Amino acid sequence: MTAASTTERYLPEGLAIPAASPDGLDTEYWAAVRRHELVVQRCNACRGFQFGPEWICHQCRSLDLAWEQVQTRGRIYSWERVWHPVHPALKNGCPYVVVLVELPQAGNVRMVGNLLGDPMQPIVIGSEVEAVFEDHVEDEVTLVQWRIVN
Amino acid sequence: MSEDFTIRDRVAIAGIGETTYYRRGAAPVSEFELTLEAILKAVEDAGLAATDIDGFASYSNDRNDPSRLATALGIKDLAFSNMFWGGGGGGGSGAVANAAAAIVAGYAEVVVVYRGLAQGQFGRFGQAAPLKHVSWPMSYTAPYGLLSPAQTFAMRANRFMYEHGVKQDALAAIAMASYHHAQSNPRAVMYGRPLSREDYDNSRWIVEPFHLFDCCQENDGAAAVILTSAARARDLKQKPAYILAASQGSDFRQSAPAHNAPDYPSSNFKTVAKRLYAMAGVGPDEVDVAQVYENFTGGVMMSIVEHGFCKPDEVNEFCTFETLTAPNGKLPINTSGGNLAECYMHGLELITEAVRQVRGTSTCQVPDVNISLVASGPMVSPVSDLILRA
Repeated sequence: MTAASTTERYLPEGLAIPAASPDGLDTEYWAAVRRHELVVQRCNACRGFQFGPEWICHQCRSLDLAWEQVQTRGRIYSWERVWHPVHPALKNGCPYVVVLVELPQAGNVRMVGNLLGDPMQPIVIGSEVEAVFEDHVEDEVTLVQWRIVN
Repeated sequence: MSEDFTIRDRVAIAGIGETTYYRRGAAPVSEFELTLEAILKAVEDAGLAATDIDGFASYSNDRNDPSRLATALGIKDLAFSNMFWGGGGGGGSGAVANAAAAIVAGYAEVVVVYRGLAQGQFGRFGQAAPLKHVSWPMSYTAPYGLLSPAQTFAMRANRFMYEHGVKQDALAAIAMASYHHAQSNPRAVMYGRPLSREDYDNSRWIVEPFHLFDCCQENDGAAAVILTSAARARDLKQKPAYILAASQGSDFRQSAPAHNAPDYPSSNFKTVAKRLYAMAGVGPDEVDVAQVYENFTGGVMMSIVEHGFCKPDEVNEFCTFETLTAPNGKLPINTSGGNLAECYMHGLELITEAVRQVRGTSTCQVPDVNISLVASGPMVSPVSDLILRA
């Protein structure tokens, strides 16, 4: 399965660069997305999914958690169109669309991303979307964006 | 629960104090001086001296810490200092509750709850900090331009509106109620600046579904309230506002990172309001007036539902200008203008207003107030609630 990817940034350069947590909690997530793999924390004891990551499973209190690769498909759970820039980098970057995507194949955990394409496109909650891995080569990080599946 | 383990009716707010409320950056003195001024006004209002204060409580990481305040004020015996965890306005009622608990527990006799905030002298809440890197949990949101409180909470409000078919009119009514009340309140920063529906509709989007007027202000100022035992309050200068009930907390996994709260379209008051009413022994029908923290109107909408004033599918019918305005609305809210139109004093100005409603001295007085409710902090974690009675 080759996931869609791009080196074109949806938002202008200059926003804070994501970094793995200093305590190692999500090192694997950030490594996986660089490989264009979407991973979600999963409990080895109760098999429950969990996101964002934590050191313990909230369902069974097991400390035995792993990262599991999941399909890069989801559906729009909520969204917003941002008009007012709150960061200097976004001064000429508005409007843009942020979506909250739920992953039915991973216990309906949710991920925040941008919806690629025209920011003025009509957005329907429940629409099916697929991940697009957005490589920031110079920053050595990859973001997970989303686009509508036709 | 044993009758002994409650703060119900044992403590009262005996004094309130506020500085002039300023636009962000307009305060002529330091944030610390603003805080001192509010505290001095509150003790004077109560008929006490500053040196009667033996306890301090605040919230949201107030910069003006009790040791510095006690030192500056010449307090001889600091007996209680307390900070309510969490950000935003979630701790306004919680700080009052902590102060009340300290009095009931015998730790202190006169506790001041205060909030000093000069956004013009320190950072603005509505702007993102210029960080080079972000890690968990912000790494899952900030790189996508989801940075500010408005952006964080618009996502929740939008889902709620989708699930329950809520129209923009409900948000507009909440904003217009606050602005309407501010027109009678000379303290309000937006006094003399009425908001018409046309103004609302024509205002720019900040982040859909929030227009400019759906968002709180950013201000400079300070506010304080003085708590003491119900018995002592009865002998002081003002009519006591008795603390009938208070509660705080957070629903199941409301803080789950990257917007993963299971009950997502929520103001986070479902469990907290339930405990509030249980302690008070009253229900939503008995609430005469409510101060409902407005970071954003969408949070007020969900708070109204979660405090039992209407059902989720009734928001369009309930959230109207007529319902939400004093003196005759079914549920007058934010009768001083609140965070939207009086001053964003992080919701402590909502508590001073709840006291005024009990005293009968509001500039938008609701007749014969017995039950005066404050809901602090929607959509953050933890949140807190307070009921004052006459």
